[in-house]
Amino acid sequence: MIEFKNVSKVYPNGTRGLKNVDLRIDDGEFVVVVGLSGAGKSTFLRSINRLHEVTEGEILINDQSITAASGSDLYRIRRDIGMIFQNFNLVRRSSVMRNVLSGRVGYHSTLRMILGLFPKQDKAIAMQSLERVNLAEKTYMRADELSGGQQQRVSIARALAQEAKFILADEPVASLDPMTTKQVMDDLVYINKELNMTMVVNLHFIDVARKYATRIIGLREGEIVFDGPVEDATDEVFSNIYGKPIDEDEVLGAVK
Amino acid sequence: MKEMSLQSSNMRPAPPSKMKPLFTIVIVCLMVLGSGLQIQFSFAELTSGLPNMRDLLVQLVPPNWAYFAEITSSIMETIRMAVVGTTFGGAIAFPLSMLAARNVFHKSWVTVPARFVLNLIRTLPELLLAALFVAIFGIGPIPGVFALMLFSLGVISKLFYESVESIDPGPMETMTAVGANKIKWLMFGVVPQVMSAFMSFFLYAFEINIRAAAVLGLVGAGGIGLYYEQTLGFFEYGKVSSIIIYTLIVVLFIEYLSTRIREKLT
Repeated sequence: MIEFKNVSKVYPNGTRGLKNVDLRIDDGEFVVVVGLSGAGKSTFLRSINRLHEVTEGEILINDQSITAASGSDLYRIRRDIGMIFQNFNLVRRSSVMRNVLSGRVGYHSTLRMILGLFPKQDKAIAMQSLERVNLAEKTYMRADELSGGQQQRVSIARALAQEAKFILADEPVASLDPMTTKQVMDDLVYINKELNMTMVVNLHFIDVARKYATRIIGLREGEIVFDGPVEDATDEVFSNIYGKPIDEDEVLGAVK
Repeated sequence: MKEMSLQSSNMRPAPPSKMKPLFTIVIVCLMVLGSGLQIQFSFAELTSGLPNMRDLLVQLVPPNWAYFAEITSSIMETIRMAVVGTTFGGAIAFPLSMLAARNVFHKSWVTVPARFVLNLIRTLPELLLAALFVAIFGIGPIPGVFALMLFSLGVISKLFYESVESIDPGPMETMTAVGANKIKWLMFGVVPQVMSAFMSFFLYAFEINIRAAAVLGLVGAGGIGLYYEQTLGFFEYGKVSSIIIYTLIVVLFIEYLSTRIREKLT
């Protein structure tokens, strides 16, 4: 469970990132956050695992405040939250295996990680995660030898190996073509349903959001302007979120 | 041409002033001229020295081939000094460069002192360092190794911390999100990204150090330079040319090897 309690964020230059956000995301939900770029989607997502600090309010992860946590408490809360990025964020020169294993560093002592000694069991978990995204045969290749879609699935495998309870995905398909978009989104749905991991995904395209979400959160200028089940998110709702009539910029098209 | 005529002429911006480059040229010319006059530089000096140069060259041939065997141990000592000096210098340069990189340590109370130390080390030329260490530790390869250590520390860290600062921030962000502490974050977010650059700079420093080690003997800091000074002092030009040729072979060989390895690293 993720809880926002009256959260606000003001950047040092005065820009408002988030404004009085108050909501709860229950376990097993597939939440898609929509809004124009600059509406605060990324700030919203990154404040959940405290990659961004909020200036006001509190965020609770399974009843534990991440905004108040520090040191090893903070690391342990973060360990439960996997993250997938628009640019995959893999170490390009490292092998796929090593990238996936890096999701497990939170489970071991610092000394062990300096030496890079992962137990056998971890390697089995990493392998299993790669099998889940159908990339087992790429295990020992360098990450930069893979296509964009494959790299994104490696980063999904990394989040799986992390054995997180929540997964945050910041524009996971923004740098992918429609075909691979479908593959990556299908993987996320599979993880959500089969492994019961809560998903919070930032997306730009309305049709993709509608197809995969169980709940839609609309942000405009840092404020929640819509929060409800996907069925209630009509075209009017979306044009209100985007502050303009919906046109082809907000529709990917190929996802059916 | 047609497109040109479509544009209305009053929209074209005025070309930038030509005064600036002209001014720069004048300044540079004045500086070179002034410096030359102050040190009484003249090309006539060079031409009057030419016969001397020819005499020296004649005396350098033929090299004393038998001398090769005699200086081999000293050449080996030069290489060993470079190996030890570069290794220890590199071992210190790695963590120090991390401390100096602003994207790795965001606190200026870490990066500023680290940078200060690095800048300080870099300002001292290796021959000066060697002379200093000879005064402290006495004649022999030990002061040479220390001088090379500090010298390679300067060379490697200068190049290395700049390349650390240019790495992809993505994996670092990921490691923060995964819940890594600072050391795990370094080991998995930074180190794998910079390792090949480090090896490359390390080898480059080793190349430079071989050349530097060859002259350190001039101030008594061990290596082949000692023999160079001796033979030159006794006007044994055949031996001098043997030393030059031997050094050249070793340097070229090591440069070739290191360049090949560095190509493979990228």
